Parts: sequence; C-alpha cells; structure tokens
Amino acid sequence: MTGHASETGRFGVYGGQYVPETLIPALDELTAAFDAAVKDSAFMDTLNGMLSTYVGRPSPLSEAPRLSERVGARVLLKREDLNHTGAHKINNALAQALLAQRMGKRRIIAETGAGQHGVATATACARLGLDCVVYMGEEDMRRQELNVFRMRLMGAEVIPVTSGTRTLKDATSEAIRDWVGSCDHSHYIIGSVVGPAPYPRMVRDLQSIIGREARAQVLERVGRLPRSVVACIGGGSNAIGIFHAFVADADVQLIGVEAAGKGLDTEEHSASLLRGKPGVLHGTLSYLLQDEQGQVHPAHSVSAGLDYPGVGPEHAWLKDSGRAEYVACTDADALAAFGLMGRLEGVIPALETAHAVAWMLAQRGRWTADEPVLLCVSGRGDKDVAQVAKTEALNQ
Amino acid sequence: MINPTAPQAIAALLTDRMLELRASRRRALVCYVTAGHPDRAASIALVQGIADAGADVIELGVPFSDPVADGPVIQASSQRALDGGMTLDRTLEIAAAAAVRVPLVLFSYLNPLLASGADVLIRSRDAGISGILVTDLPVGADPEREQWIGGGPLAFVRLVAPTTPVERMAAIASHGSGFVYLISRLGVTGARDDLPVDLPATVARLRGVCSLPICVGFGVSTPTQARAVAHLADGVVVGSALVQAAERSVDEAVAFVRSLRAALDGA
Repeated sequence: MTGHASETGRFGVYGGQYVPETLIPALDELTAAFDAAVKDSAFMDTLNGMLSTYVGRPSPLSEAPRLSERVGARVLLKREDLNHTGAHKINNALAQALLAQRMGKRRIIAETGAGQHGVATATACARLGLDCVVYMGEEDMRRQELNVFRMRLMGAEVIPVTSGTRTLKDATSEAIRDWVGSCDHSHYIIGSVVGPAPYPRMVRDLQSIIGREARAQVLERVGRLPRSVVACIGGGSNAIGIFHAFVADADVQLIGVEAAGKGLDTEEHSASLLRGKPGVLHGTLSYLLQDEQGQVHPAHSVSAGLDYPGVGPEHAWLKDSGRAEYVACTDADALAAFGLMGRLEGVIPALETAHAVAWMLAQRGRWTADEPVLLCVSGRGDKDVAQVAKTEALNQ
Repeated sequence: MINPTAPQAIAALLTDRMLELRASRRRALVCYVTAGHPDRAASIALVQGIADAGADVIELGVPFSDPVADGPVIQASSQRALDGGMTLDRTLEIAAAAAVRVPLVLFSYLNPLLASGADVLIRSRDAGISGILVTDLPVGADPEREQWIGGGPLAFVRLVAPTTPVERMAAIASHGSGFVYLISRLGVTGARDDLPVDLPATVARLRGVCSLPICVGFGVSTPTQARAVAHLADGVVVGSALVQAAERSVDEAVAFVRSLRAALDGA
C-alpha cells in the first residue's frame, strides 16, 4: 500500500494539479521547498520545538468512562481540542507558516469555514510576524462570529466572501483567486487535505503527528492497537492525520464520519464520499457533490467545518480501496451528541467532532466493552456554543 | 447561415484563420462571451453581432459554478447564465444556432466536460466549434485527459502565464494547436487600467520557443490597450470588458467590438 504521492501527486487516480497555468510554477516551488524542509534537521527542530512549547504537544489521550459505557467499548479520546487555538488545525498552519518564512514569503492567505483554520493561521502569522489575509464566507462569519473576532484581534484581515453559497467552498475559490494574483510574494496555507498537489500530501504529513502520538499512547496505555479509529470528515485533515499511522495496521478499522445534514436522501448534506461522484474542484480530482452537468452542488451541514462539497483525494482512494469505511451522521444527531458528551465527560466537542461521537453512540454492539476505540476530538466546542444555544431556543 | 461545411473543415477553421491572418499581417481579435449571458436569445444575437463587427475568433465560455481563474465580472455573468438554466449542452445549442463563419472556441473548466461524457468533443464539433481551451488543465497535469482532448477533433488551445519558465513555455507550445493564449499578468480575468511593464519581455521569451500564433489576454479592456498589445503579439483577447458591455446591451457590446476592430486595423 503506497499513498505517499510524492512522485505523482496522486492517490490512485485521485488528486492532481487542476489549476490555472499561473500557479504551476508556484506549486513546483512549494513541492521542492516542502521536500527540502522536512529533510532539514534545523527546520524540523524549530517546528518540533514550537509544537511542544507553543502548541502544547503531545496532546493527551483521555479515558472516557461514561461515554464508553454508552458506546459499549473502551473509548479513548485523542485531545486535539487541547492544542493552542483549540483544534488540530494549528499543526498544519504553524508548519506551513514556518515553511513560508523559509521560502521568503511574507504574506499568508488562508480560507476558513468554521474559523478554526483561520484562527490557527492568524495565530501562527502573529507569532512569526507575517501578514495574514483570511477569506471567510459571509454565512460562516455569521455562524462563527467569535472566531472572526479572534482572528481580527491577532491582526489578521478577514475578508467576507459574498459569492455563491457564501461558505467554505466560495472562501476557498476566493483564496485561490488571491493566490493566482499574488503567488510571487504570498503563500497560500490551505486548511485541509484538499486542493492541488502537493497540498493533500503535505497537509497529511503535517497532521499525521496526531496518529503517530495516538498510536504510541494507545499501545502504552492498553498494550494493544485500537480496534477502530473514528474521526469526522469535511475536507478530511483530522481524519487523515489520525488514520495515517494506522493504515499499515490491517486489523485497525478506519472510520470517517461525514455530515449527513438533514439526511443522506435529501439534497442538504455534505456527504461527498457517500453521495458524490468523482470530479474536479479546487485543483483536485476526488469525490464531489455535483449535478448531471458537472456543476458543483452546494453542501449543507450545521457544522461550518464540514460544510464542503469536496473531500481530500486520499480519502477517495482509501474508500475505493476499501481500507477505510465512510459513514454519516445528521445535524440532529450531532447536536444531541454535542450536549451529551459535555454532560458525560465534561468535554464540549466541536460540532464537527460531535458527528463522530454521534455515530459511535449509535453503534452499541459493534465492539466489546474492553475493546479500545480511538476517537479524534478534532476541536473544542466553544466556538459553537452560541449557535447551538440559538438552535435549541428555536426548537423549544 | 453557413454549413454545409464538412465537420473536418469546421475543426480546421481556427488554425486556418490564424494562418491567414498571419499571412496578411493582420492581428487577430479574439472575443470572449459567456454562453447564456445575459440570456439564451441575447447570447445568440451577441455571437452573431460580434462576428459581423469584426471578431476573428469567438471564445464561448461554458458557465461553471466555481470559476477560480475568473474575476468578478465573468463570475457574475456565469452565475447569471447558470441561474437562467445554461448548461454545456445548451452552450453547444447556442453555437449551432448562431451558425457564424468565425471560428468558435469552447472555453471551459474541466468538470463540466468530464460530466458531459467522452463524446462531448465530437458533439462540439458537430455544433460548429473549432477549438477548445480548458482553464484548469495545464500541460502535463493529466496526460490521459490531455490526450483525449488533444487527440480529438478540436484544436486544443493551451495557456502560458507570465510565471511560466521558458523550458515549460516550449513544452506548452508543442502541445497546443490553433494559437497559444498568453496570460498577460498574474491574477484572474478582469479589466485593468494599464498593461504590465514586463509584457514585451514575456512575449519575446515565448516567441523564441513557439511557432504558433500568440494571443494575449487578461486585463485588456480598451481599444488603446488592444492596439498596444497588437504591436507585440499576433492577437489580442478581450473578455471581461466585453461581458460588461453585454450586461448593458447586445448593441453596446457589438459597438465595442467595432471599436476594437478599428483600433487593431489602425495599429
């Protein structure tokens, strides 16, 4: 099993560089710079030092006794919510900001959905003294007001995107347009394992620290590998991050939970892997929600971080090869799990993570009580509290 | 109305037109319009009107939901066309209904072409399309699909950017046909007030490795700019400024093309 994609930029047939010609030299430059940086021990020492003393890695592995009882397995939580800025996004944003600095690029562009990647990028840029521009859909700015304020507090310029669906898809398009015009002096820090090569591989490598740590922590704690590894999937970076170290462990089930929105059989969901067809969006060939004419179909999810019609190409390949299993969970079930996890474990998860929790809660009987099941808590739910409170008020 | 032209002759129209222009030392005026903008009927009238007004080549844009290479004007025109129900199939109907003698180039993002199926190139030729340009399929990105398009019945127009190194320019030129589209500047489509200062050097670099005619686009929005570009290249592409005129009226767009033609012929 390969999937390294360093030679071809592809995972099976998926991936690639479907971009305007202007960006090809910038992508070539980025590929060379990343491959050189990871072989440079001084660069890796700087990155690892900051991951330890600034981000707070390694993130803990928590037992979840009361959730475990409900699920009927020994649930272990990989606590990416405890990272600085409150999600896994900082692992990638910080490393790419250091890479940009190494490449001599002083201006950073990012897109954001839930705002977590935008906050992580704004944070890394503040720390390194880089200029930061974040594109965010107007609809997401409304849903995630707190994160907009956090980015601005750290000196980032947040630009509202009013085209199309005014969510992550259009924010990403706008960030790409910026980069087409500024690639000579700007670096685009994409927030997930999507986009043209080398991004899916690079972001995967930068997030794979989640799984490397978790694998060692589970082995040390339990003395065996987990039966299943569960993570939510929008673009899929926390999922690839925790899956990657386990891909070669054939007995470990890898399970990705997509957002079923109002239901998989409605028009309003974000389940690209379960309901999409292969197509090209934002520079990559992968599963995509689209109509018969190849126009991209708007995604829907209560969670802004999962509200994306595409998915990382490596997930497409893991799906086709059967190595990973992809499932989905509705808005309503995710909202219920959001509250339940707080009451059971004193951990309020991000709405994105709540999708994975909800799916596990519905699987009682799949595992035995002592089987370890590893859940990636991709982020904390502070950003979602106001939105959930409004939703609950509406439902009463 | 033309046709009974044979299908092969339609496909060769673009290459032949560019060679004729070069032989007569005239500059090509390449005009971009978004299919279905402002609506289907106006779109047909627009293609016919600008053909009569002196366009040498017409690029017919297939509207796409996520046009990452396009600025606000073409984005908005694409959205308006999509809202009106425009599709790739209906774009081909517009081409067939317009039935102009000027060569038509289908200007598309890759995904609508993939969704349309393997016979889309033949259906395009049958609708009177001579060439094809795919915004997000750079040379070398996907050899299998590039072979599909390049080995098909249409001339395959490839793009060169100001960031493209000269060795890559040579590779792009050898993979293309019809003409090479040189993007004048960094950035997306859209009208600009001035031409980039390094444009003459970029054209010269490309000219050194490219025997195909070179047409320059992105940001060319006035007759004066078109004339300046005509001194450097074999042709000039005007897009956003024309779409903006079409947004106001077909007559205004046609008058604009006439003014561009006059500027080029006086160049």
